[in-house]
Amino acid sequence: MPDRTRGLSVLSRVAAAALGGYACAAAVSVWVSHIVPAPRVEGVTTGLLIGFAVFVGAVVWVFAATTARRAWAGVLSVTVLFAVMAWVAGPVPAP
Amino acid sequence: MKTGFRQSMVGVHTWAGLVVGWVLFLVFLTGTAGYFDAEIDRWMQPERPLQRETVSAERAVEEASARLSRAAPGAERWFIGLPGPRDPDMTLFWRADPSAGGGTGRVEIDPTTGAPVAARETGGGQFLYKLHYRLHYMPAVPAYWIVGLCSMLMLIAIITGIIIHKRIFKDFFTFRPGKGQRSWLDAHNVLSVLALPFHLMITYSGLIFFAYLYMAPVIAATYGMGEEARDVYFDERFERDSIPARTGIPADLTPLAPLVREAERRLGDGMLGYLNIHNPGDANARVVIVGGPATPSRQRTGLTFDGVDGTLLTVSAPDSAPMTTYQTLLGLHEGLFAGPILRWFYFLSGALGTAMVGAGLILWTVKRRARIGGTPGFRLVERLNIGTIAGLPVAIAAYFWANRLIPVGIGARAAWEAHVLFIVWAAMLLHAFLRPARRGWREQLWLAAAAFGLLPALNAVTTDRHLGVTLPAGAWDLAGVDLVTLVLGLAFAGVAWRLGRRARHEVRAGGRRAESGLRARGSEAAE
Repeated sequence: MPDRTRGLSVLSRVAAAALGGYACAAAVSVWVSHIVPAPRVEGVTTGLLIGFAVFVGAVVWVFAATTARRAWAGVLSVTVLFAVMAWVAGPVPAP
Repeated sequence: MKTGFRQSMVGVHTWAGLVVGWVLFLVFLTGTAGYFDAEIDRWMQPERPLQRETVSAERAVEEASARLSRAAPGAERWFIGLPGPRDPDMTLFWRADPSAGGGTGRVEIDPTTGAPVAARETGGGQFLYKLHYRLHYMPAVPAYWIVGLCSMLMLIAIITGIIIHKRIFKDFFTFRPGKGQRSWLDAHNVLSVLALPFHLMITYSGLIFFAYLYMAPVIAATYGMGEEARDVYFDERFERDSIPARTGIPADLTPLAPLVREAERRLGDGMLGYLNIHNPGDANARVVIVGGPATPSRQRTGLTFDGVDGTLLTVSAPDSAPMTTYQTLLGLHEGLFAGPILRWFYFLSGALGTAMVGAGLILWTVKRRARIGGTPGFRLVERLNIGTIAGLPVAIAAYFWANRLIPVGIGARAAWEAHVLFIVWAAMLLHAFLRPARRGWREQLWLAAAAFGLLPALNAVTTDRHLGVTLPAGAWDLAGVDLVTLVLGLAFAGVAWRLGRRARHEVRAGGRRAESGLRARGSEAAE
């Protein structure tokens, strides 16, 4: 792979890790905050607790994927999946 | 494929650690000092009495409320922080009613006399502790974001570090001294693995402190956008709505002594932490007394009393499971529950973390010296390493010197203590870029040795709170600061001396050995 292409591929992965990883973490956390069967404050607190673990997992996935395209596809599909599930579940109503 | 994966993770580990390594070094170093923040506070105010008789909570609260009713009648809230085992003084804080401008006030008082603590203005240990998460010379929120970004990269570096580590158990006992790069790798591994649970806990929990900021969408998805919505979340989290609003109808505040007696009866003598008095002087006054043993889960019991007739209204319920997890992470990070021995373990673990970051940064240069030693990028990393790993300790020592040497009573004294730290750090970075690398290391390490090692002597010359007084008196909080700086001075001198000896050997060997001073430093750490 020529240097330039390789550089762009690394840059693309860094973007996928930072932006995609964050979006992924936020989507999963929001989903968790919506489905915890407890008052809403507990679900939201649980969501805040797990976000960074999801973020790390996403970053590892992005750099483990064979190509930058697959890395993007992976984080984005997980993000969309959980965002949709979170939207369907909806927030826990106010007490 | 398998090697490909490992190789990728090595890359992520290396670069995640490198780009924020210097900030992480600052965070670990000042955070570690922060475990002895109260002790450093005491050391930095030598005017405070050597030891103080303890007073009952009842009497302390009486002194405090007398002062508060003079200083802030009709406040929205008074706070009385009772004397604790690490801080013999009492902290009073008040927030004026929003209708009266909502200003705040704060004073430290001596619980035996009720008079304000008369001591020099200083940033104290609190400055170092705050530096580790809110930096300096910038507004708080951008600082939280910077430290958060660095912490996230730290977390990534830890997880990828574990993945690429093939033999955690074996490496635990592996240290091959005197082998240059191999020794640095071993040192980095041992430092990382030895305190791995601490490193993981401290990094993850550090992120949790400001998760409400970093993960704001999670709150927004349920509570809506904006700060007001966030406040609703916090109100629900801390059950703040249990305090009713001010009515405007005046009513005398109930005497606090009986409430303190009742709280001590329920929570244990001497176990009270602090009091919050909401709406004092109003018909809706509430007195919340918090106490009980300090635990890792920050679960102290809160007793809410009616502030007019003094009846006990509620006893705080135990936290829910998510809140307990949340509080435990924060509690473990702060270590406020730790007694003296555990506190030392916190300090040592923090020191291991600092050394881990430092060794990782040095390893980056040792590994690449032969290949890219002359490039500007390499030089930048090498010089930032010198100016931070050796230079920042010099700057912190200078902060202690500033505390003793800046004349007492001048304006903005505490601010100047902080300026001294940053001026010296800037000077060390400049020095690192101007001097040849190996000389730069040696000179700054010798400087660090002198700055820390001579601190007890400076203390003896400038105050009567030196080792000759504090040791016989058994004032271990004060003596401990002097002794730790002495040990640090000796340690820096030892490293600097060995670096110099290695350099002399190489000159004698006719420059046959092309190894760097850094490699010499690696081998000495092992011997």
